[in-house]
Amino acid sequence: MRKDKFQNSMWAYLMIAPLVIGIGIFYIFPFFQNLYFSLTNLGAFGQFKYIGFKNYEKLMYDPKMYQALKNTFVYVLFSVPLGITCSTLVATMLNSKIKGLTIYRVLYFLPAVTMPTAIAMVWRWMYNKEFGLLNQFLNNFGFESRAWLSDPQTALYAVIVVAIWSNIGYNMVILLAGLQGIPKMYYEAAKIDGAGPVTCFFKITLPLLSPSLFFVTVMSFINSFQIFDLVFMMVNRTNPAFESSMTIVYFFYTNAFQMSERGYAAAIAVVLFIIIMAFTWIQLKLQKKLVNY
Amino acid sequence: MDNKKEKVFLHIVLITGVIFTLIPFIWMFLTSVKTLGESIQVPPVIFPSEFKWSNYKDVMATMPFMKFYYNTIAYTVVRTIGQIIFCSMAAYAFARIEFPFRNTIFLLLLAVLMVPGQIFLLPQYMIIQKLGLLNTLSGLIIPGLFSSFGTFLMRQFFMTLPKELEEAAIIDGCNHFQIYYKIMLPLVKPGIVALIIITALASWNQLMWPLIVNTSTDKMTLSAGLAALSGQHGTDYPLAMAGAILGVLPMLIMFIIFQKKFIEGMASTGIK
Repeated sequence: MRKDKFQNSMWAYLMIAPLVIGIGIFYIFPFFQNLYFSLTNLGAFGQFKYIGFKNYEKLMYDPKMYQALKNTFVYVLFSVPLGITCSTLVATMLNSKIKGLTIYRVLYFLPAVTMPTAIAMVWRWMYNKEFGLLNQFLNNFGFESRAWLSDPQTALYAVIVVAIWSNIGYNMVILLAGLQGIPKMYYEAAKIDGAGPVTCFFKITLPLLSPSLFFVTVMSFINSFQIFDLVFMMVNRTNPAFESSMTIVYFFYTNAFQMSERGYAAAIAVVLFIIIMAFTWIQLKLQKKLVNY
Repeated sequence: MDNKKEKVFLHIVLITGVIFTLIPFIWMFLTSVKTLGESIQVPPVIFPSEFKWSNYKDVMATMPFMKFYYNTIAYTVVRTIGQIIFCSMAAYAFARIEFPFRNTIFLLLLAVLMVPGQIFLLPQYMIIQKLGLLNTLSGLIIPGLFSSFGTFLMRQFFMTLPKELEEAAIIDGCNHFQIYYKIMLPLVKPGIVALIIITALASWNQLMWPLIVNTSTDKMTLSAGLAALSGQHGTDYPLAMAGAILGVLPMLIMFIIFQKKFIEGMASTGIK
């Protein structure tokens, strides 16, 4: 019996070894290395000196960091609730016995499989001041053309619209799976009791959907804090709206790989890590109150 | 009667949503076959007078798209296969074998899952640089062969299998690797399909890692190549749109063929 146990453990270690070694070298070790780099003045050529918390001090007084934080928060605060509301609505509508369910599901999901780089290119063209589809459309209703992506007041929101557009499909699919797991008899019982569709939605659908909603919310939060591709492709460094739409990860990227301020970039990554951890922790606490299993 | 009205209303709302979803795709295609002149005409031309397919040839002449395809496919395929092997093997052990420190090691993997990727990026880049693998496919692929997420996902699937399976196999004299490989792996096919789809899609679309590791044009992926294209040809939108279509078409075709598997695969990331 003891020999069996020993053998089992040997097999287990052999089977997890490649993955654990790989994760160790490329993820766990880098995590600690990044923590250390954030305390150094690491630059482009690899030499570095320990400088204590100077990078963090510099971050505290860097107006660009505050701008990036603000932009990221605005981005998260708009894209997450709006995105989830839209996907919940679509999912609820698709959950009724309706013809063409598959076709709708496929079409709404299409943006989720499309390369963000390409998505950003098309939308940039649609937002174009002179030749863009959006302005042409709005002109019909008497609105003046705007340069949506190079106006500091609108650029960030223009990106948010694209982000919501591209995420609806993925959230919808997860919520739809959740909805289809709710037993139909609850609704039948409620109907007998005289409940209307609105009461049903708030008293049955929302509580029973809360685990899926929670998952989708947490994932959207984590992903939104890390938004990069769309902003990078739609608002470049020469754009007058660059500062007003640059997010934390974009700020990290600029410092790490364009200006080679790598110690500083490492500190930015640590701050992002702390923010995401804090938000995830708050959400897990809220989960106990809000989610019904 | 009331029910019928309700359904018509639902369809109208849903179709409006579909139109908003599709307009960018239609616009991408229509622009890609316009002349430069037509693309910047005011008021805009919706349908070009003649489909100018030569934009596709022209964009292929300015960018080595065949190389981009090759690099992206190599990156996607090797990375996906690597994850299937390493993640499923480890996931089996975590799900089905009791061994010392199992929970501690698994918690460590879970912790990695929760950390934003940017925190690994600089050190990963420097490791690849030290190994002399910048601007190579290996450098692009290696860190992505291992995934906490993949392990977590596969473990969920392995845990659903009944215990009797392995008890019977052990009596027949199988060791754990044989149980994993011969008995359990075929049974978690849905999990493997989900992992393939999620990893392939993420690899195909990924931007930041390819952008920083491979800066020479003939080692770029489609995603990074398109980023370069939009920088170089910022104003020639018909060419840019042709390039964008070349970048998304293979995945779009895959999606249309395997749409059911795609959607189920993505939905399974939300597994409780």
